[in-house]
Amino acid sequence: MDSDIHDITLTVNGTTYNGRVESRLLLSDFLRHDLKLAGTHVGCEHGVCGACTVLLDGEPVRSCLMLAVQANTHAISTIEGLTSPGGDYHPLQQAMHDHHGLQCGYCTPGILMTMTAFLDENASPSEEEVREALSGNLCRCTGYQNIVDAVMTAAARMRS
Amino acid sequence: MKPAPFRYIAATSLAHALALKSEYGDEAKFLAGGQSLMPTMNFRLARPTVLIDINGIDELSAIHLSDTGPTRIGAVTRYRALERDAGIARIFPLIREALPEIAHPQIRNRGTIGGNLSHADPASEMPAVSVALQARLRLQSATQERWVAASDFFLGSLTTDLQFDEMLTEIELPPPNPRSGSCFMEIARRRGDFAIVGVAAMVTLDDNTQCTDVRLVFCGVGEMPVDSGEAASLLIGQIVTDDAICAVAASAQQMIDPGGSVHATADYQRHIAGVMAERALTTANRRARDGQ
Ligand SMILES: Cc1cc2nc3c(=O)[nH]c(=O)nc-3n(C[C@H](O)[C@H](O)[C@H](O)COP(=O)(O)OP(=O)(O)OC[C@H]3O[C@@H](n4cnc5c(N)ncnc54)[C@H](O)[C@@H]3O)c2cc1C
Repeated sequence: MDSDIHDITLTVNGTTYNGRVESRLLLSDFLRHDLKLAGTHVGCEHGVCGACTVLLDGEPVRSCLMLAVQANTHAISTIEGLTSPGGDYHPLQQAMHDHHGLQCGYCTPGILMTMTAFLDENASPSEEEVREALSGNLCRCTGYQNIVDAVMTAAARMRS
Repeated sequence: MKPAPFRYIAATSLAHALALKSEYGDEAKFLAGGQSLMPTMNFRLARPTVLIDINGIDELSAIHLSDTGPTRIGAVTRYRALERDAGIARIFPLIREALPEIAHPQIRNRGTIGGNLSHADPASEMPAVSVALQARLRLQSATQERWVAASDFFLGSLTTDLQFDEMLTEIELPPPNPRSGSCFMEIARRRGDFAIVGVAAMVTLDDNTQCTDVRLVFCGVGEMPVDSGEAASLLIGQIVTDDAICAVAASAQQMIDPGGSVHATADYQRHIAGVMAERALTTANRRARDGQ
């Protein structure tokens, strides 16, 4: 079969990109290989591990379960856009650092994208709600407790 | 690249999508949330030659609520939209209670009710909920349309009554009976996993708190949703007691034939199906009685 090519225009972290993609190219691979934004990690590539989570129009989604062509005209946010333009950490990044919420760091971009969007929607979460929101992101290093602590701390700091 | 090559077409209208499907037939698949289809394509377990993206068809994602008449939900309505809809929570608390059991927030941001029912995973929650709520499903092709009861739609594991040229376009739910209560619960290995056993229960009471209608549908214990309404009908015409609920749970337990899996043996599934039927009916009855 001849390759099926599409022209797409999308924004990633506020910057507009034009791309020419084969229909079967996953959004995760488009970000990493075409845009060289390799902060989005790929783990299982069937939606289970959460490492590839990005925001699609502000909502966390699996970039390994979306085609790049489907992102045409949409706004994507990735880990590369999380720090402020001046380079300051997002409060959750700082709290993850403070609480030792990562070891190898492979799952961290997906966790940060998931949990920053969660905190935008729920400024005063209970620990139970944090655990539920985190349920779609696997971490094999930390046992999750330090991540939960980091999210609770970030929520408190963001409220004050 | 993970998926095998295919042609991607973003349908611009329902008529466009249906025309494409009748042209390409089984070679083509509709792409809704992609949360079941894309994993199978990434593994090349599915190799459709044409993907018809139906995400851009706005008319397929509308929710029309009614307290007194049928409620209609477009097939491309995402789980998250249902979760956020206060009207759904008020009129169909059973749906609201089942939604958080489906996968994880990221999956629910994309997955659609129509894709879920069309995929027909035997452990999936919504097929059982749709049978318990006596939903009717609207199936459309380029040339005709028909309505099928949810209880007739599921034919086996990952198999439905959808024909090669048809799309599930709408889910219609009759208004719940006044003074009814419902309960959904499930057991899974981890939060968000598919159910080892799930159960949807509904109890309707009359002014004397006698039961006039009851539904009991399991997921995860057969090839498709397992309707144990017959076992539960024992409650009808009575004031629901703990003993009667235990008797229903015991007979439902005998009537199911779970397959067992790497996660749980068939005996374990049968055991917890009984325990959960008991708990779900007790909760549904209490909610009906107390008007919750
Ligand atoms: C990590 C993970 C965990 C999950 N856990 C659960 C869970 O616990 N419970 C659960 O129920 N599900 C679970 N799922 C699956 C999820 O619910 C899917 O969203 C759902 O099964 C399919 O819906 P979709 O909109 O994503 O459909 P798609 O993946 O887009 O499509 C699925 C199939 O249905 C067909 N189709 C789609 N829409 C239509 C239509 N309108 N008419 C006709 N055919 C159509 C497609 O061609 C395809 O064959 C999980 C998925 C993942 C990735």
